[in-house]
Amino acid sequence: MTRPITKSLEIPVADGEGERYSLRMGPQHPATHGVLRVDLELDGETIVECTPQVGYLHRGFEKLAENKTYAQALILTDRLDYIAAMANNIGYCVAVEKLLGISVPLRAKYIRTITGEMSRLCSHLLWLATHALDIGAMTVFLYCFREREILLDLFEELCGARLTFSYPRIGGVRQDVTSAFIDELQRFLDIFPSKIEEYETLIDTNRIWLKRTVGVGKVSGEEALALGLTGACLRGSGVDYDTRKHQPYDAYDLVDFEVPLGSDGDIYARYRCRMEEMHQSARIIQQCIDQLPPGPIIGPDAPDLVMPNKVPARIEASTNAYGTGLIKLIRDRNLYVSGDVYVATEVPKGELGFYFISDGNNRPYRMHIRSPSFIHIGALAAIAKGELIADLIANIGSLDVVLGESDR
Amino acid sequence: MEPVAISDRLRAEFPDEILCSYSNQGQTAVVVRPGQIVEILRWLRDTPDLRMNHLRSLCGVDNARRKDPGLSRFEVVYNLYSIPLCHEIRVRAEVGDKDPAIDSVVDLWPGANWLERETFDLLGIRFEGHPDLRRVLLPDDWVGHPLRKDYPLKGKEEWAGMTELLDKIKELDRFGFDPEGHAHGQAAVQEEDDQ
Repeated sequence: MTRPITKSLEIPVADGEGERYSLRMGPQHPATHGVLRVDLELDGETIVECTPQVGYLHRGFEKLAENKTYAQALILTDRLDYIAAMANNIGYCVAVEKLLGISVPLRAKYIRTITGEMSRLCSHLLWLATHALDIGAMTVFLYCFREREILLDLFEELCGARLTFSYPRIGGVRQDVTSAFIDELQRFLDIFPSKIEEYETLIDTNRIWLKRTVGVGKVSGEEALALGLTGACLRGSGVDYDTRKHQPYDAYDLVDFEVPLGSDGDIYARYRCRMEEMHQSARIIQQCIDQLPPGPIIGPDAPDLVMPNKVPARIEASTNAYGTGLIKLIRDRNLYVSGDVYVATEVPKGELGFYFISDGNNRPYRMHIRSPSFIHIGALAAIAKGELIADLIANIGSLDVVLGESDR
Repeated sequence: MEPVAISDRLRAEFPDEILCSYSNQGQTAVVVRPGQIVEILRWLRDTPDLRMNHLRSLCGVDNARRKDPGLSRFEVVYNLYSIPLCHEIRVRAEVGDKDPAIDSVVDLWPGANWLERETFDLLGIRFEGHPDLRRVLLPDDWVGHPLRKDYPLKGKEEWAGMTELLDKIKELDRFGFDPEGHAHGQAAVQEEDDQ
């Protein structure tokens, strides 16, 4: 016995001629990388109209941040792009430091650059793994996760967390790196370039991979700029824009690296860009390790939250946490200024921008997050139109979106 | 080009539109009237020695709780950047107190489409001439605009759609997700009852 479960689950048929019909892809779909819903209007297998729907993961971070102090709002940024949480933390800290005019010690800058690039590697490895899996290459997935695991272990060694770090602080970082961490990272860097070659052997000239990526999802340079694409999606179309070079933050102006560019603007060009970026990230980390200067890891004027070097084994119930020196709150200093700044950082997905308005209070009056994923999904409709439905999966993977960042 | 020089050029080009300009932490912003926003941004984008071709961000602000005098209730902020010439400027357009509205810039940057929808969704600022001005992050039947300062952080009521969803779950429970499997399950219950 069969019967329709509810009316809404019947497949709706579009009015009009011939084979036109509509299909709802997601929000629960393995290839949409999160809770992305795409409403499709199809003519056979060709996409006539593509309407992405987001918001399933909206948690109101901008509203929440207005009700938290600058130091407290840091933990919200972990939950934006949870694949590369460290890069988001750093972006937030850099923006708040610019807003309040806080200086960062050199050692902290180097440590942040190292961790930022590690998180770029994490994100690119996960992107390659899932993107290849979507297109049909299973083996790459396992290879990428092998190396990603080493990086996550390193993060755990560094700050105790594997996913949501909150390791950078406004004005520095939370803890110093240990020599064991540096040694382990060096061992990873020694083997990593050969691992990238391994992935390339698997798919770089693979005939199926080329068929699925070359000439698919083409975006010209001007088009990409107009659509607001950033990161590897923009550079794959040949536009040389990388915030690390254009408006350097942390230690990026002290290290030597190249910004890989594509020319065709198709999925393959974006793939090549990201693969080359992994080489460059490894190069940046290597230089940072070699140059890592001694010194303090947090500036003297860091606001609100200063973690002690040694956490007491037991905190008496009667004394509050502030009294024991566990968390020191700086109240008296005239730290908070009014004004507004927009600061962009280069996260693995593209340009992550924070626009802050401060009215002299210790909470942001307004915090706007310019998230690359949100704009990339907005551009999906223009890119996927007129292509095959199978290529939509490849396009979503190639734009490298994460819904936590998109929906905020 | 120095950011202050850009704001001076802008003032010379649109003397009636610019209300004021200021610098903060090395970044320059100009406050403008909303009327000719599309012309101003097009001029910034297309002038050969400015070439602000990258719309970095677009967002709305509710100034209801700000202490600075003379601010209108709502404003829309555009952050522009020139990739070939490496300079930036911020344009703040005051859009009034009641029923705020401004012209859409989707014709200049198609990427502004979703940013304007987001601003409409969260702050209730209308964009005239936008091709598809719907809510984007919140459900279509949501009441209110959360980023307005008079919108509470915590509410007492559930979203109206929530009860609908719960009803639907109950309905689905009644039928079972798999009609075949459910029929078997019911038969088993029937047997137990008989015994």
